[in-house]
Amino acid sequence: MTATFKIWRGDAKEGGFRDYATEVAEGMVVLDAVIQIQAAQARDLACRWNCKAGKCGSCSAEVNGIPKLMCMTRLSELPLEKPVTVEPMKTFPVIKDLVTDVSWNFRVKKKIKPFKPRLPDAPDGTWRMQQEDIDRVQEFRKCIECFLCQDVCHVLRDHQMHEKFIGPRFLIHVAALEMHPLDTEDRIEELRSTQGIGYCNITKCCTKVCPESIQITDNGIIPLKERVVDEFYDPLGWFWKGLKKLLNR
Amino acid sequence: MPDYETFEHDVLIIGAGGAGLRAAIEASAAGVRVGLVCKSLLGKAHTVMAEGGIAAALANVDERDNWKVHFADTMRGGQYVNQWRMAELHAKEAPDRVRELEAWGAVFDRTKDGRILQRHFGGHKYPRLAHVGDRTGLEMIRTLQDHGVHQGIDVHMEHTVLSLLKDGSRVVGAFGYERERGRFKIFGAKAVVLATGGIGRAYKITSNSWEYTGDGHALAYEAGAELIDMEFVQFHPTGMVWPPSVMGILVTEGVRGEGGILLNKDGKRFMFEAIPENYRAHTADDEEEGWRYCQGHKDARRPPELLTRDHVSRCIVREIKEGRGSPHGGVYLDISWIKQKMPNAAEHIKRKLPSMYHQFKQLADIDITEQPMEVGPTTHYIMGGVRVDPDTQMTRLPGLFAAGECAAGINGANRLGGNSLSDLLVFGKRAGEYAAKFARENQHGQINTNDIDSAAREALASFERSNGENPYAIQKDLQETMQNLVGIVRTETEMREALEKIGNFKTRAKKAAVTGNREYNPGWHTALDLKNLLTISEAITRAALDRKESRGAQFREDYPDKEERFSKVNTIMSKAADDSMQVRLEPLPEMPDDLKQIIEENR
Repeated sequence: MTATFKIWRGDAKEGGFRDYATEVAEGMVVLDAVIQIQAAQARDLACRWNCKAGKCGSCSAEVNGIPKLMCMTRLSELPLEKPVTVEPMKTFPVIKDLVTDVSWNFRVKKKIKPFKPRLPDAPDGTWRMQQEDIDRVQEFRKCIECFLCQDVCHVLRDHQMHEKFIGPRFLIHVAALEMHPLDTEDRIEELRSTQGIGYCNITKCCTKVCPESIQITDNGIIPLKERVVDEFYDPLGWFWKGLKKLLNR
Repeated sequence: MPDYETFEHDVLIIGAGGAGLRAAIEASAAGVRVGLVCKSLLGKAHTVMAEGGIAAALANVDERDNWKVHFADTMRGGQYVNQWRMAELHAKEAPDRVRELEAWGAVFDRTKDGRILQRHFGGHKYPRLAHVGDRTGLEMIRTLQDHGVHQGIDVHMEHTVLSLLKDGSRVVGAFGYERERGRFKIFGAKAVVLATGGIGRAYKITSNSWEYTGDGHALAYEAGAELIDMEFVQFHPTGMVWPPSVMGILVTEGVRGEGGILLNKDGKRFMFEAIPENYRAHTADDEEEGWRYCQGHKDARRPPELLTRDHVSRCIVREIKEGRGSPHGGVYLDISWIKQKMPNAAEHIKRKLPSMYHQFKQLADIDITEQPMEVGPTTHYIMGGVRVDPDTQMTRLPGLFAAGECAAGINGANRLGGNSLSDLLVFGKRAGEYAAKFARENQHGQINTNDIDSAAREALASFERSNGENPYAIQKDLQETMQNLVGIVRTETEMREALEKIGNFKTRAKKAAVTGNREYNPGWHTALDLKNLLTISEAITRAALDRKESRGAQFREDYPDKEERFSKVNTIMSKAADDSMQVRLEPLPEMPDDLKQIIEENR
């Protein structure tokens, strides 16, 4: 059968939807249709992809208005009697067609304090960790950096607060570091200040679009918010810290 | 001469998968300025798709393991045409490279006593693969990436290198373009490391992404370095076969490591039927022993599903050819059967193989905890590649290094699962270390602007043809040819036919036409990639023709047995003065007695 895809074509200056009809077969995903259109009808149609199996997070786009990995979106899930719209992520500037400039994400990550382990536990320089103590960190480390959570987050998408808020992806990155059993670094002060965790008002849109089903809000952002509160807004905490300082003298 | 943007680095690394990143970290730690060029965004290279684990004789799960057993396993798996020194270094250094990842933040699955857990994999005597569920590659690349970006490495994302620049015989940089705007760039460097990965895109059914067009292989060859072992292309036994759009996507060997079994359409576990002589003593007598092995019983031997990939692939092809395949032209891989053996099997499968569960559920409507998967061989890896010095990873061209899949030697005729990620780490580090040393000992070379101008003209030629060929169509025809004529089962007649066709494709590639402009234009990128794809396709075919025997991944229907005269030689290819591809056989370096003894002790 033939289906129609309305694909956004253009660059930073101008653009619009163009219709492409293409033959679809059982089992196809949106990315298959886009690649097929590229090979036969629009050789210069720009899109990113790599693994085609939901592991690399390259082919992020908005399919019928919803942020998705094109490689994991089956055509059988979509109403094909209507055209399928495929457009670039809206939170990031367009480079061309479905390709956006996601370089901001790489700059943000570079500013986050890196992993700093405690001294090794064993004389051979290795550590001991129990599986149940790392389950949560492993959940966060499933992140494939597709940036769909950044795309859907209204703080970034609607309010364009890229300078004040690092977005769900990097809150999860900080959470993975902060909850790493070996890590000794403290990132709570910048979470509150430069990383803007307070701007997140827990609408959980990020969790909904995460292709890895990471519980971004419940397991990552909320516990981090609690740590910020404990550190900066808890009178008992202030008292305790003051006491510790005194004792340390 | 047009104005090209120019960058200068002490060490330029081409490719940002495991090997490239590890090389960049090492070179940068040595105090030189490092530039890293990659075709995709950082963190998207093929390493991210590696699933099963990193092979290293940590002996955390079975204390009998050590580097000697790992070395012997690697040599046996490679049918003894491996570069012994690389196999030795690899086995000795892999444990440190894994522990180092933990120090950089990697979070591996744990043993009960809190150490790095290791799993069984094909051809490894003991449970040896450090892993994180079935997403080990993601853990590895993210760890290296996050560690690397804090070291001050200059990363040039979405850039493609078109040619290496030379000053006499020495390599002094690279010329390429930025994919985003299509602008040309010159990268001057005192040393260059190739870490470009594989060649899977030369085949129709492959686990590799669009990136794997043999760039490092072809760049090195064109510059005058040698390629070895190009006939040895690994067809991974288990790729998805249905639906058609996912054909070739990898199904990790970890499924079999966790107890998965292969069945034909009659429900017969066919892998017990033909066990190779050199593995007989290592293989289970019956199904029960195989299962006990997967459960960690130390007196049990491996099930035949965990024999080497070359062998398993051939058995699957045999079943399909003889009419015992599954409905979509594969065989069945079943992990759901373990529910007969353990309570909570479904939960166990989801925990140990989460991305496989996800992949089949979403792409094929199959619940692997309930139903068998349909699988068949897929082009996965090339053992062959750029010939390097085993210790320093330098090619025969001064200043040019290679590491990872695009370099060759460690794997011989067949690679064991898990040895790739460890190879990337061990030899990535070595390449970075010695490239930095070379850079400290040498000045920048002279860059010849005439070479650059002609490379730029050649790269733009496809824009000037209005009615030429569609580059995607040429690529597709080449992929069909390699799949059908130089695939798992090879014959002289078919490969001669392939060579003729490759010649035609070269002519067609010169007529490829591109529409649109230079900004992020995949049609243009595809046209440019054709050159490398054609070079390596020719190299694979010529090497496969000259090795008139069957060994490891190379199976010749017209020479179905191993031949003594090929047992101690490598095929070496280089570019002759008249631009033709020369193939010669060269004896392997003699293995020292202590290593020979290790192999004997582990027979």
